[in-house]
Amino acid sequence: MDAFILQILNGLDKGSAYALIALGLTLIFGTLGVVNFAHGALFMIGAFVAVTMQKLFSLSFLTVDDTQKDFLGNPLKVETPYVEAWFGENVGNWLQDWSVPLAILVVIPFMFFLGFVLERGLIKHFYKRPHADQILVTFGLAIVIGELIKAFYGANPIQTPPPSTFIGTVDVGSWLGFEANTIAYPTWRIVYFAFSALIIAGVFAFLQFTTFGMVVRAGMADRETVGMLGIDIDKRFTFMFGLAAAVAGMAGVMYAPILSPHYNIGMDFLVLSFVVVVVGGMGSLPGAVLAGFMLGILQSFASMNEVKALLPGIDQIIIYLVAIIILLTRPRGLMGRKGVMEE
Amino acid sequence: MSKSNFTRRGVLKTSAITGAGLMLPTYLRAENHTGFTNAPTGNTVKFGFNVPQTGPYAEEGLDELRAQELAVEHLNGIGDGGMLNTFSSKTLDGTGILGKKVEFVTGDTQTKSDVARASAQSMIQKDGCVMINGGSSSGVAIAVQGLCQEAGVVFMAGLTHSNDTTGKDKKANGFRHFFNGYMSGAALGPVLEKAYGNERQAYHLTADYTWGWTQQESIAASTEALGWTTVQNVLTPVGAGDFSSYIAPILNSGADTLILNHYGGDMVNSLTQAVQFGLRDKQVNGKNFEIIVPLYSELMAAGAGSNIQGVYGSMNWNWQLSDAGTAAFVKSFGEKYGFPPSNAAHTCYVQTLLYADAVTRAGSFNPCAVAEALEDFEFDGMGNGPTTYRGADHQCFKDVLVMKGADNPTNQYDTLEIVEVTPRAQVEYDPEHPMFAGGNLGECNPGA
Amino acid sequence: MLGLNSRDFKLFIIVCIMALAAPILLNPFPTASALGESFNAGYPALMQRFVIFGILAIGFNILFGLTGYLSFGHAAFLGIGSYAAVWMFKLLSYNVVPAIILAVIVAGLFSVVIGYVSLRRSGIYFSILTLAFAQMAYQLAYSVFTPLTNGETGLQVYNDDPQILMGAGDPTVPHFFGITMNGQTQIDVSGWSFVFQNGYYLAAIFLIASFYLSIRIFRSPMGLMLRAIKSNQTRMSYVGLNTKPYMLAAFVISGMYAGLAGGLLAAMDPLTGAERMFWTASGEIVVMSVLGGVGTLIGPVLGAGLIKYLENIVSKINDSVLHNWFSFMPDFMDNFMVTLIHPFIGKGWHLTLGLLFMAVIIFLPGGLVQGGQKIMAKFGRNKNTDAKDGADTPAE
Repeated sequence: MDAFILQILNGLDKGSAYALIALGLTLIFGTLGVVNFAHGALFMIGAFVAVTMQKLFSLSFLTVDDTQKDFLGNPLKVETPYVEAWFGENVGNWLQDWSVPLAILVVIPFMFFLGFVLERGLIKHFYKRPHADQILVTFGLAIVIGELIKAFYGANPIQTPPPSTFIGTVDVGSWLGFEANTIAYPTWRIVYFAFSALIIAGVFAFLQFTTFGMVVRAGMADRETVGMLGIDIDKRFTFMFGLAAAVAGMAGVMYAPILSPHYNIGMDFLVLSFVVVVVGGMGSLPGAVLAGFMLGILQSFASMNEVKALLPGIDQIIIYLVAIIILLTRPRGLMGRKGVMEE
Repeated sequence: MSKSNFTRRGVLKTSAITGAGLMLPTYLRAENHTGFTNAPTGNTVKFGFNVPQTGPYAEEGLDELRAQELAVEHLNGIGDGGMLNTFSSKTLDGTGILGKKVEFVTGDTQTKSDVARASAQSMIQKDGCVMINGGSSSGVAIAVQGLCQEAGVVFMAGLTHSNDTTGKDKKANGFRHFFNGYMSGAALGPVLEKAYGNERQAYHLTADYTWGWTQQESIAASTEALGWTTVQNVLTPVGAGDFSSYIAPILNSGADTLILNHYGGDMVNSLTQAVQFGLRDKQVNGKNFEIIVPLYSELMAAGAGSNIQGVYGSMNWNWQLSDAGTAAFVKSFGEKYGFPPSNAAHTCYVQTLLYADAVTRAGSFNPCAVAEALEDFEFDGMGNGPTTYRGADHQCFKDVLVMKGADNPTNQYDTLEIVEVTPRAQVEYDPEHPMFAGGNLGECNPGA
Repeated sequence: MLGLNSRDFKLFIIVCIMALAAPILLNPFPTASALGESFNAGYPALMQRFVIFGILAIGFNILFGLTGYLSFGHAAFLGIGSYAAVWMFKLLSYNVVPAIILAVIVAGLFSVVIGYVSLRRSGIYFSILTLAFAQMAYQLAYSVFTPLTNGETGLQVYNDDPQILMGAGDPTVPHFFGITMNGQTQIDVSGWSFVFQNGYYLAAIFLIASFYLSIRIFRSPMGLMLRAIKSNQTRMSYVGLNTKPYMLAAFVISGMYAGLAGGLLAAMDPLTGAERMFWTASGEIVVMSVLGGVGTLIGPVLGAGLIKYLENIVSKINDSVLHNWFSFMPDFMDNFMVTLIHPFIGKGWHLTLGLLFMAVIIFLPGGLVQGGQKIMAKFGRNKNTDAKDGADTPAE
């Protein structure tokens, strides 16, 4: 039973990563009608914003210390982070420790800006082009972004620890009445799950309860009519692209302590998130979220030893297997609308 | 394919100036009655350095490349000579090899067998290389080794740790200086016994491919010989990223030791996540829960940060060793690049020098002559103590390092500390040991 | 001639000449020159890849170019073909004929099954289905099916394999009834050396045959039908036509082309691994077709050549090669040029590929073929009609 609950927690955690990326993809597809293969790359940029914050706060100047030797036997150059020199050791350490949550503050304006630039500079020119062209140009963009990241940060994964307050585990089992310490779950993963739930709820509330959101939803349903009512729907859709980029970026920042960022995670997440979106149904926001959590939980269960003993290798293919079964039984995914992306 | 104009013009001019002096790249020199593939004519000889420059092992590949360039400099008499001064064989004097200046070409394997073979083929067919060196993955090393065997050039393997490279898939034209999974197990065994006792319940997470399996088999065999029990061995997909669903079941499995048969990015992630799940803080069966990473690499240790503290593993070589060979190599490498070399860099550097020395001793670039000179060759001064290249399987036998994540690293380069230098006798095995059986070196192939 | 109209026939002859004279055409620079060392592509291993991936792209174009169905899992058939061929080497002998035949048949069988299932959906749903099948094949071949595929190490022939048809004097490398694939003749003409390899010519003959077949398919009633389906599938169904058999036929033909390419890869180099089936390999096929020009006859072959050229030539240029090129310049200029170009060569060749790919999609949606047509149109406006002969117009 405890193993079962642990895997549900794992599934929710994986699922929230999938759901956040899939949500952003669907926002872009639903509003702009563009299939964005560079969305995984936006997620990766978010993770690297966290890495950059950490590097900025540990940016150091060198002083030569004659009493110590470096590996070649020359006098050791001691590194002192600028933030410690400027703000004192306490604040400096705190900034370094909290670099990941602080990156959230940076990533939101940054990703909005990047989203605007991408939409106005590149994506805009592809509205009238076939979906295949949109897929291909954003795929090319994803390759370029990945390579740029590699040129600056190298190919190795970079450790990005969470603040020390969130290191360690929370005894979830004792809340549910289990024996102490049978179900201990990493604190940061619980923070991550809560954060994702908040973002998802926020996006839905924004679309549901604000005038802006209402217009966007109307635009998603029938762009021409809304345009004819004299509303500049394009501007709002550009904003939605920025929002989707910001959601992906925030997901990336928060995921960095769980998965050390490297230049290829964008591609790793790309395929998975597309499977998630398609299983959920193209253009359906609730579908994307539902499919994200469902696939996350199924993947966790498939990784259990008991399941693997019955079906060796099932954990490697479960996502694809489920995608095939769902697409064959429900032609447009779980909650997709008719006629979307079928031409 | 469009080339920009300045490039074209530049190249035309350059070729006019330097063209005459360059060696003729060869396609199958054998037809010129030399008896082996790509026999160097003229006054230069070309090596092919085939390493991953893109993909997950790119950083290791680039470090190998640095060391290979350094080795070529030393062979050609540039720089301080590095290990040439400490190498027990004194045939190399910094004037190239057999009077020929050493040149090299580089290629990107992308850590994919197909691409690695394509790149090696181009080195052999287009550039006329007599020797290929490199690799940062066993699958790629085995694939390229097979190719070199068919083409008739020598393959000096770089970082490849699978038993199969000099076991089931060994080839007469291929040579490995790096150690292997069996040696890791044999070296780690006694140290683990001393540190953790004889009654441990070990849980293995193993990368689901040949290297992972052979290492798991080796480690399980050596720990079970100590009296440990293997509770479970779980295979994990390569590149899984999030290992949480494999780590969670360990919490209540009754195991008190986790052995991570992972390498590269998988190792960084699985170790970090295992620590996040609080495994290191746990008490099971009245013992502290421990994690072991049998194969360490400095570059990956840096990626895992403080999670590596106190975790045992093994290595082929480390820059913190105190012998003269290591000091000379670390000095030349450190002065050129500003940081100490990794053990991937070391093995490639040594392999290049060993090849050059074998050619000089044999007096010929013929792969069969080189192989004969390398087989059962005994040497010292290369950082690993007295070493033998065993003729029966072309595997080097030397001391193995048992490492531990340093508790108080003073800088970013000493995150690992040497716990023990396991003497060579302890890691030796019979060529027909069951974990290595089934292969056949075959005949050395000098090419058409 | 040969059942082709004059324009197609001209194109076909051009392809024949290109394929047969490749060892000469691809070595434009003297072998010993700096230019030749960096840019010559006329060595057997790379020429083989040009034609084999050309075959793969031609096959992919029959599906994507004619019907508009974007398969994102086509590399699976390439991998399956290779595995089948290597197994033939292991079980029978090194003769390439049974290996290639079985590669095509097995890939065909798999494509019948996968195609039958995937074609029940269209658009992006079809793409994801093919992607899912290919990824499953890759994951399983890498791990669980290791007894069949030899996992990460790759399937290869060992000395103790049965090879029941192997005679005493038979070559121990892939051969065509005794003609070894790696056998070759070298001709030196002053500064140039040209290598003519048996294996390359076998692959080239297959390329020519595949190209001919693809022209015939494009011009056949079935080709017409497929294009009609592409432009409006619903209308075709309303007319009372069952479109499914046509689609499935296109999918299977395309899968068999991929199987042929896989078999040939194994025939040139008897080893295969699971990474041939990874999704990025499928993505590469798409990139090839698009770079060259989807729906055109010659485009995919050009695209395949360009990608393989970048992968094998640009990735091998390193800083010392660059310094060699610019050594005639003053030092600061030399260093400046090297710094400028450095990010795009060697380990940065993926960046070059990504930028090139984006540029083609943005500015030349019809790929290189369209680029060629534009240039032709610009320089020979009066010969406009002639210019179009060099390249087939897009299918729509």
